[in-house]
Amino acid sequence: MASIADFARAPAPTYHMARPPKTGLMDWLTTVDHKKIGILYGLSGLFYLLVGGLEALLFRIQLAVPDNDFLTGEQFNGLVTMHATTMVFLAVMPIIAAISNYFIPLMIGARDVAFPRMNAFSFWTFLFGSLLLNSSFLFGGAPNAGWFGYAPLTGSQYSGSGIDFWWTGLAMLAISSMVAGVNFIVTILNMRAPGMTLMRMPVLVWMILVIQFLLAFSFPPITVGLILLGFDRTFGTVFYQVSMGGDPQLWQHLFWLFGHPEVYVLILPSMGIVSEILPVFTRRPLFGHHAVIFSGVAIGFMGFGVWGHHMFTVGMGPIADAAFASTTAIVGIPTGVKIFNWLGTLWGGKITFPTAMLFAVSFIPMFTIGGLSGVMHSSPPIDLQQHNSYFVVAHFHYVLVGGALQGLFAGVYFYLPKITGKLLSEKLGKVHFWVFLAGMNLTFFPQHFLGNHGMPRRIYTYPADAGWNTDNMLGTIGVILMATATLVMVYNILTSWKKGKPAGNDPWDASTLEWMTTSPPPVHNFDFTPVVLSERPLWDHKRTPGFEIPVPETSESIHMPSNSWRPMLISVCILLIMVGLLTHLWPLCIVAALGIVAGVYLWVTEPA
Amino acid sequence: MSVHAEAIEEGHGTGSLGVPNLKLAMWAFLGSECMFFGSLIGTYFFYHDHSLAGPLPKDVFSIGITSISTFLLLMSSLTMALGVDAMRRGKALRSRNFVWGTALLGLTFVGFQVFEFHHFVTEKGLTLATSLFGSSFYVMTGFHGAHVTVGVIWLSIVGWMIHKGHFGQEKAINVEVSGLYWHFVDIVWIVIFTFVYLLEFAK
Ligand code: HEM
Ligand SMILES: [Cu+2]
Repeated sequence: MASIADFARAPAPTYHMARPPKTGLMDWLTTVDHKKIGILYGLSGLFYLLVGGLEALLFRIQLAVPDNDFLTGEQFNGLVTMHATTMVFLAVMPIIAAISNYFIPLMIGARDVAFPRMNAFSFWTFLFGSLLLNSSFLFGGAPNAGWFGYAPLTGSQYSGSGIDFWWTGLAMLAISSMVAGVNFIVTILNMRAPGMTLMRMPVLVWMILVIQFLLAFSFPPITVGLILLGFDRTFGTVFYQVSMGGDPQLWQHLFWLFGHPEVYVLILPSMGIVSEILPVFTRRPLFGHHAVIFSGVAIGFMGFGVWGHHMFTVGMGPIADAAFASTTAIVGIPTGVKIFNWLGTLWGGKITFPTAMLFAVSFIPMFTIGGLSGVMHSSPPIDLQQHNSYFVVAHFHYVLVGGALQGLFAGVYFYLPKITGKLLSEKLGKVHFWVFLAGMNLTFFPQHFLGNHGMPRRIYTYPADAGWNTDNMLGTIGVILMATATLVMVYNILTSWKKGKPAGNDPWDASTLEWMTTSPPPVHNFDFTPVVLSERPLWDHKRTPGFEIPVPETSESIHMPSNSWRPMLISVCILLIMVGLLTHLWPLCIVAALGIVAGVYLWVTEPA
Repeated sequence: MSVHAEAIEEGHGTGSLGVPNLKLAMWAFLGSECMFFGSLIGTYFFYHDHSLAGPLPKDVFSIGITSISTFLLLMSSLTMALGVDAMRRGKALRSRNFVWGTALLGLTFVGFQVFEFHHFVTEKGLTLATSLFGSSFYVMTGFHGAHVTVGVIWLSIVGWMIHKGHFGQEKAINVEVSGLYWHFVDIVWIVIFTFVYLLEFAK
């Protein structure tokens, strides 16, 4: 019987590099290695997950009891805005980027992404953008117009400098995501190992491919929306000036044309992770593998045609309402296909429940609850009641926390051993899982009732006789549970990284390529380029005679990309342009723009 | 070196799809750019006829002058194509001349645009803040002009690299990819010229 021990027979490859590698801190600042960039994204995402959680904790304390004055209305608005902006753009997206960066090349049998320096550029631009956004807390107050920043509230008549940090910061994140999208589209389409046909790609790779298209095509509309906002606030254009004929719907269309595809950017990777984990811990192939892939692609396409469901109350007119209502209801179909495929995978499986599997399994019902309330407000008359109430808050937290975040937690327990080489503690993992699940449902389930009982979103306090007291108190207790559980996870990650049990190459007896190399993998990922013969190359290598992955006798010679300062240099220049726009220091903008030209010249002439 | 290891050299490999990475990346980027200009042009039309104050498009556009600059930009696509073709056939100097010629035509186009903006602001009284037309017109055409400017800088560098002997026939892909970008920017202008300028007078 073949086993993964066979791969150790391969002779070590020889490298050639343009420059000697750097070490220590210098290495981290100039790295172009997808694994290190993945770790940087992961640590940043985890940090911002805690920041966003702290923000939520603060405003939940305010809402715990009626007529509370723990926070002012102003502070409350800032915290709510920053909580959502942070969770969407600075926590969940970077954690997805971490998993994509670290694992896409490993899963498709490649040595790196298509454009390693562009990858580093994406990371630094994200990091500087996130710092710019958060520096608003220090300079004149956080943005407070809500995460979807509706015009004309964001105009200079109504909102202070926080909005300037918001649009410049988000514009940097948009640049970063667009560049990353292009990079990963090319990587996945073009860097696959021999034999890795599109239909043999793991489902997670497929879902990440879909979201890269969503990133590349849905960020431009919001970028334009932000540019128009920036021009209004900085150069006196009148795009969102109602007194000049400006129409508030313009921003809403541009924002939601981005916003709805964005929610699929957040959920599809978790669906991919669940589709990878369920087969491993049921010891069965994924039920309807191709249907899961195609429904993911369908969701991606349809995601561009439903944005108007966020605007039913705006008065788009009956025809637009009807069209968006039907497209929205139809998206429920491919979503349902996936749910039944996961159930089909579980059916009759030899199931075990390590923490990764617990999160993956609980993803299914929790996400489904959110999906069902989504289908409810796809109907305009119903949505007129539910819109802007806590019912919608309940909906999107079931899909985002019960769905996206639980999927990512599953991913942490499943994939982190590959990165650290150490297993996480199962005992702490289970504490994390159960406390988090309880907290989540305690917070968000009662919010369905709160919404139906008329509590609007984004009010900073409420009267004692409205009948909302118990549900709000439960919500605050739930958030404390979720925060505790998340800290347990952080503790688990840190302690296991230091002194966890060694994971070995393939701790879960899994079926995809990333488990054939060492944990952590060497810089060049694989000692030899694997040849892929089936959908489940490693599983078949271990179990199906005739499908062994051939181990070459001769050593490969590999060109490894070298460390580079250029990516960070250009990101810094972009940051300086944004700072120039914020402070109206035009010479700074011009110098920084010239810096970009110089940086690009240095970039193209640098031997990679 | 295996096929695969080669593919990692940024952009120069021919990958699983049989298309070089760099070209695939440019296509993906241009797809994204379609959404970008689509949103800008969409904004312009969303606000068409919504301005509360003049001057209106008909009052400011002068089709004659803009036709000339449009013609120059169209010709630059021809020179670009000739430059790419020359490089594919290994005629580096010829390619350099066409690439630089393209950049020059592009620069002339930008010159026309600067003149047009200046004329609109000083003679016609149309500024960024005058009306929805002023805002959406300047931002849309301004971002197009910025793209042309980036293209001019890019082509100048490409021409310089050919001149210095860094890009030969084996790196024709570099010229080809800058050409893709250039043709795209040109096409966007054709859309803007047709729908924003010409259609204004069709009614
Ligand atoms: C079955 C699929 C889904 C349907 C039919 C659906 C439908 C809807 C509708 C109609 C709204 C607007 C409610 C209103 O504001 O009145 C909404 C809001 C929202 N949905 Fe969904 N949804 C679905 C899945 C998802 C998923 C998977 C996510 C994210 C992972 C998501 C995230 C959100 C968010 C964040 C909002 C609120 C945005 C805001 O107003 O701040 N939804 N959804
Ligand atoms: Cu939506």
